[in-house]
Amino acid sequence: MSKIVKQEMMGMNGDTACAYAVKQCNPEVVAAYPITPQTIIVEVFSEYVANGEVTTEFIPVESEHSAMSTSIGAAAAGARAYTASASQGLALMYEMLYIASGLRLPIVMTCVNRALSAPINIHGDHSDAMGARDSGWLQLYCENSQEAYDTIIQAWRIAEHKDVLLPVMVNIDGFILSHTLENVSVIPDDAVKKFIGEKKIPVVKKPNGELTPYILHPDYPASIGAIDLQDYYFEHKRQQAEAMNNALKVIKEIGEEYGELTGRTYGLIDPYMMDDAEIAIIVMGSTAGTAKYVADLMRNKGVKAGVLRVRSFRPFPRDDIVKALKNIKACAVLDRSMSFGSYGGPLFTEIRSSFCYECDKPIIVNYYYGLGGRDAPPNLLDNVFNELKNIAETGKTGEEIRYLGLREGEKDAVNYKAELVSFKDLNTGKIGGK
Amino acid sequence: MNNIIEIRFHGRGGQGAWTATQLLAMSALEEGKYVQSFPSFGPERAGAPMMAFVRISDQPIKLHSDIYNPHSVVVLDPTLLTAVNVLDGIQSNGKLVVNSHESASTLKNSLKLKDQQELWTVPASDIAIEILGRDITSTAMIGALVKATGYVNLDSVLKQVQKRFSGAIAEKNIVLIKRSYEEAKKI
Repeated sequence: MSKIVKQEMMGMNGDTACAYAVKQCNPEVVAAYPITPQTIIVEVFSEYVANGEVTTEFIPVESEHSAMSTSIGAAAAGARAYTASASQGLALMYEMLYIASGLRLPIVMTCVNRALSAPINIHGDHSDAMGARDSGWLQLYCENSQEAYDTIIQAWRIAEHKDVLLPVMVNIDGFILSHTLENVSVIPDDAVKKFIGEKKIPVVKKPNGELTPYILHPDYPASIGAIDLQDYYFEHKRQQAEAMNNALKVIKEIGEEYGELTGRTYGLIDPYMMDDAEIAIIVMGSTAGTAKYVADLMRNKGVKAGVLRVRSFRPFPRDDIVKALKNIKACAVLDRSMSFGSYGGPLFTEIRSSFCYECDKPIIVNYYYGLGGRDAPPNLLDNVFNELKNIAETGKTGEEIRYLGLREGEKDAVNYKAELVSFKDLNTGKIGGK
Repeated sequence: MNNIIEIRFHGRGGQGAWTATQLLAMSALEEGKYVQSFPSFGPERAGAPMMAFVRISDQPIKLHSDIYNPHSVVVLDPTLLTAVNVLDGIQSNGKLVVNSHESASTLKNSLKLKDQQELWTVPASDIAIEILGRDITSTAMIGALVKATGYVNLDSVLKQVQKRFSGAIAEKNIVLIKRSYEEAKKI
């Protein structure tokens, strides 16, 4: 225990916790464009810049597309680059996300998860990040502001690891974390500096067999992002897949090393009361905390309830999840986003397919919840545990795809069949109008 | 386990309800407690009714959801008493702390509290106008809440005010909070 570094307890919201961690990491470049609910990160960090607390080149870009383009340029030149976005901003970055990962640039970004328009909504759900789930970025989801702070610091080590070299997206729930002041224990600046270490440049092999640093540098002329057609594109994508696979090990290693420094250890998943659990909720982000709170209450009533929080969604820790759920009778996967037309939400489909070839598998049901920031209070999660208890006892699954906290009477809206009218009908005033 | 105090502040956009919850949360944090402070999330409009919340606990707070059944409710602006249901979801032994200079009987009649519920009042607007020269009651109402509940020590609040504000503003707010603490009374 003596190795654990002295820490200071601060009160910070999730956004400020991210900005504070970035300040301590002091990256060479931060390029960002403000968008609710990420705005506080940009505001607070630009204050650090104005006060001279960092040596970062802060670039207030004109759009998120430029924020990511700038980060890519900076990272390709060997700089540590950070940005933050949310929702429509992340959507506007979309094409550049693939370039960051395809070029294997270890950029760190906070995504303050927010619903996507339309209808316009500024609140927390995972739709934005899920839209980018196949972009080749690592995706880590935080439960609280403490984890947001801790994960930003770990993210550089994971991203820059020689076996990974991929960008990392640190996800925090919009408003629920971004705007909620909580206790955040911070480690000293020099401990952060020592932990993340000096930025190193990967060495790659040229076609002629010579070694060269992978960097935009006048002394080492090279093209980064050259055309790559039927001949090698596929191999490069295979390498990317391998790097993502390697990240499974690296995330754990860095999370453990961070634990030795701070007393807070992180991994790919975060099992809570899972050792003897019979029923479990599987969830990502801040709702995991509420689920743990409810699991405590269920335990007091003698119900063997557990929570499995998935921290790393990309890479997806298939083996760890299967192992954690092997003795579970029934579990509910909670999805805070929709893949329209899919049989179940993104987390559900991955967990279900993980069990495809397993002989022992739990009954798995899916709940959509919290879209557009709809609250997930304890009583709703209590309902989920009670329904799981019933499923475990009877062995009857019932509906596999369910909705949690959807307004009652919504059936009318779901069953509403729109009639079509022609422009001729409109001209003759058949429907409404003035 | 699970002994979490939940507090709701009612204010209008721009009156500093969120700031008040932050000051209160930071005061508790400095006392070694675990806290959360958050506003009612929505597009903020100056003058529109809004809410802000605090959780205080001796243990780390896992819960991340809205507050529905507060132990205490603080009302910064007396006009909110008729504009919104300030008693919504309040615990059956909850405490309502109101900025008002109305007579005790008028307030009691209009609010209809249950037997176990307590009503505390302080003429925070009057004191604020006297000391700050403006009707800003967010800090004053922390003083009244502390008197009514003892969730934190008054000194912890004053220390936070000194940290957050500087010079004359800090000094005036300290005088204001102390006055409000003294004048707050249970009806």
